[in-house]
Amino acid sequence: MKRAVFRNRLLPWVLLAPQLAVTFVFFLWPAAQAGWQSFLREDAFGLKTTFVGLANYSRLLDDGEYLNAVGVTAVFSVSVAVLGMSVALLLALAVDRMVTTARGYTTLLVWPYAVAPAIAGLLWWFIFNPTIGLMPHVLGLMGIDWDHSLNGNQAMILVVIAAAWKQISYNFLFFVAGLQSIPASLREAAAIDGAGPFRRFLTITFPLLAPTSFFLLVVNTVYALFDTFPVIDATTEGGPAQATNILVYKVYVDGFLGLNLGSSAAQSVVLMAVVVALTVVQFRYVERRVEY
Amino acid sequence: MATIALQDLGKTYAGGAPAVSGVSLDIADGEFVVLVGPSGCGKSTLLRMIAGLETITTGQVRIGSRVVNDLEPAERDIAMVFQNYALYPHMTVRQNLAYGLKNRRMAGAEIDRRVAEAAAILEIAPYLDRKPRQLSGGQRQRVAMGRAIVREPAAFLFDEPLSNLDAKLRVTMRGEIRQLQRRLGTTSVYVTHDQVEAMTLADRLVVLNKGRVEQIGAPLEVYRQPATVFVAGFIGAPAMNLLNAAREGGAVVLGGQALAVAAPPGAGPVVLGLRAEDLHPASPGTPGALDLAVTHVEELGAQRLVHGHVAGQPLVAAVTADLALADRLALGLNPRAAHLFDATSGRRLA
Ligand SMILES: Nc1ncnc2c1ncn2[C@@H]1O[C@H](COP(=O)(O)OP(=O)(O)OP(=O)(O)O)[C@@H](O)[C@H]1O
Ligand SMILES: [Mg+2]
Repeated sequence: MKRAVFRNRLLPWVLLAPQLAVTFVFFLWPAAQAGWQSFLREDAFGLKTTFVGLANYSRLLDDGEYLNAVGVTAVFSVSVAVLGMSVALLLALAVDRMVTTARGYTTLLVWPYAVAPAIAGLLWWFIFNPTIGLMPHVLGLMGIDWDHSLNGNQAMILVVIAAAWKQISYNFLFFVAGLQSIPASLREAAAIDGAGPFRRFLTITFPLLAPTSFFLLVVNTVYALFDTFPVIDATTEGGPAQATNILVYKVYVDGFLGLNLGSSAAQSVVLMAVVVALTVVQFRYVERRVEY
Repeated sequence: MATIALQDLGKTYAGGAPAVSGVSLDIADGEFVVLVGPSGCGKSTLLRMIAGLETITTGQVRIGSRVVNDLEPAERDIAMVFQNYALYPHMTVRQNLAYGLKNRRMAGAEIDRRVAEAAAILEIAPYLDRKPRQLSGGQRQRVAMGRAIVREPAAFLFDEPLSNLDAKLRVTMRGEIRQLQRRLGTTSVYVTHDQVEAMTLADRLVVLNKGRVEQIGAPLEVYRQPATVFVAGFIGAPAMNLLNAAREGGAVVLGGQALAVAAPPGAGPVVLGLRAEDLHPASPGTPGALDLAVTHVEELGAQRLVHGHVAGQPLVAAVTADLALADRLALGLNPRAAHLFDATSGRRLA
């Protein structure tokens, strides 16, 4: 890391102040509040607040709905990351073969990232809407009866597609950059060394993309854990029968709809801990793996 | 081990001028051929067409008895050493060497034997378990060579393999490559833009310019009898002096002065080529001597290069270091050392 030298000791702090203020007001302060709230319990009318220690946390462990949400979140996050990354990798590989004409395609492929998650959710909600949507009609022709408001598996498929769709653009850009940083001569050398296209991908391209893939895996998982709230909210609202009720959505439902602030706060602290852990793992690993 | 035959080979990239055209060349079994020419003359393109990394627009490439135009690089039985070495960064040196053999499903014991043998030849055995990034430039260069020789291919192709090394190491590695090739007797095609490298390595030189062959011949033959003005100016250091001259009454005339060089029959302007080392100091007023107006002197130690003008055209002469220098220097020339070219076609006249 490059170390800039400031003569004035105050100047760096002044320059950092706006960013620090934003971080404090919108992140640290609410996080601290959530932390504090997770140790409290309010009565139903919000009149009395009592300190209950770790009771909100221990209750979570016995809460069937919460444990269900943990499972749903695991399935959801892994599916979003795997789907978003594999589709992006396929597109990037296709574009990498024709770099000269790739600009137009790349622009098109990047557009979804500019679409707000809620809009993306709505878009997919329309496409898969059992009465007015296109996909249920097409699937119906193929003999598949689509109704994600009744079928939990179908609801999961819908939210995974809607959440992964947007992420494909982001992953795609990183994969394209990763692919282009692999010198063409490596693949040429491998071709001369008798490796066919598939073997070349498996033994040369993919291992050299590993740092990129690992970085994206963490970013996508964090995205699926945290940023997919609007997608769920616009499509399934956690239903049917909790089938798509992921942790971040449950935080909202329990806190704002159920008004169980203590439990909601405890849940968000748990989520926060998971993300912090993931980030730490990422930095540790990336530092070690980035140079092969 | 094999012969390589190029027949009227040409390459035009999509939407570009021809990068290579009409190249015909027969390379004997075990021969070391160097393709040399300035940047952008199509050397790499030619080599990559032989390797199968670039499609062939016109003509034919034959390796051994097979026409390989439509074969994949892997099926051509060649090995290539790249300018940036192209070592697989995530594999150890051992894995780099074994990769091509594993892909060909060679037995493990045979792979181990070949890797050990190559490592011994190239003296890279101590680094076998290191990754490429833990090696110096010269060591990487050896590993790249090793990856080529373990395959025991019909031919080696080199694309400027030494240009990333410092000057001293380049000379050492040059010698090693030459010895190794002699010892293995593998047909080799070597691309470089460095004419010294080309002269020292080649059994035969192919001088390329703008995608065409200017001359093919043994290094000394090309040096002594350059076929065109381009070759004359490209091969040899310092570059050959090329002076625009006329012919009158059977002699070459430079700036109104008849020189002691006989002009071949015919009319029209000529280019007179004189190597710096073929010029020697003469006593002033010698008939047919060149009168050099000295501008500056380059000291090389054993000899010095005197730069100046003759009849308004630049000229360099190599003289011994003990010669006293004035503003003007009379230079005698050996008529047999003069090269004459047709000024319009650039072809050699005599
Ligand atoms: N992939 C390509 N597409 C279009 N034109 C190309 C391509 N590769 C090379 N060329 C052109 O073909 C010509 C020959 O290029 P080539 O790389 O063979 O030159 P070179 O002799 O190897 O030069 P250098 O010494 O700089 O490596 C150049 O004019 C170059 O611009
Ligand atoms: Mg080149």
